[in-house]
Amino acid sequence: MAKRQKYTRVPVIRPKKYCRFKKSGIKYIDYKNPDFLMAFINEQGKLLPRRITGTSLKYQRKVAVAVKRCRHIALLPYVADQMK
Amino acid sequence: MEKTHYESVVVLTPVLSEKMLQDAVSSFEKLITENGGELIHKENWGLTKMAYPIQKKTTGFYQIFEFTAEADAQIVDKLELAYRRDEQVLRYLCIKLDKHAIKYNERRRNGEFKKAKIVDNTNAAPVAEAKVTPVTSEEEE
Repeated sequence: MAKRQKYTRVPVIRPKKYCRFKKSGIKYIDYKNPDFLMAFINEQGKLLPRRITGTSLKYQRKVAVAVKRCRHIALLPYVADQMK
Repeated sequence: MEKTHYESVVVLTPVLSEKMLQDAVSSFEKLITENGGELIHKENWGLTKMAYPIQKKTTGFYQIFEFTAEADAQIVDKLELAYRRDEQVLRYLCIKLDKHAIKYNERRRNGEFKKAKIVDNTNAAPVAEAKVTPVTSEEEE
């Protein structure tokens, strides 16, 4: 009888994510700079989760506030189809 | 009493003439200074494209004020009331600045960093910006 092949999972090695604000010492996130905030939203204009961007909780809250302010003054869209 | 820093962004309709724009801006300035506020910095982005239309308009004049005032002076209430009464205002935003924001704005004003970013903004509306910037830079001095 043929022996069943044993399945072994190969671990994928990814570089560790880090919080870019902690690393470069940014304390304040400017809501008047939509180009910078583009890094934290997807192409529909939604906020990206922390698990994807690697931002720490403290700065994720600040990013969220900055994006919402930026949307209010019409520098970022609330909804978009393709923005990137 | 400790003074509080505030920042206010106003988006004005693009149909204004240069003079009407100046009048509107100076009236808001007057309102700030008359109510015990001290204007630190103002910035005009000129005609800038908006991310979505407001009142069927796709562009707007962006004007930014940064000022200090006593926390109990109700200056923000008065300013927001003036914005709401003014039909030329498409959008406004008044926020209190924390200590990091004050430091950031100082550095931004001195052009210490984010130079490329300011250039990006001017690129968005090169024609309008070229007209407007010399006027504002003279007033700042």
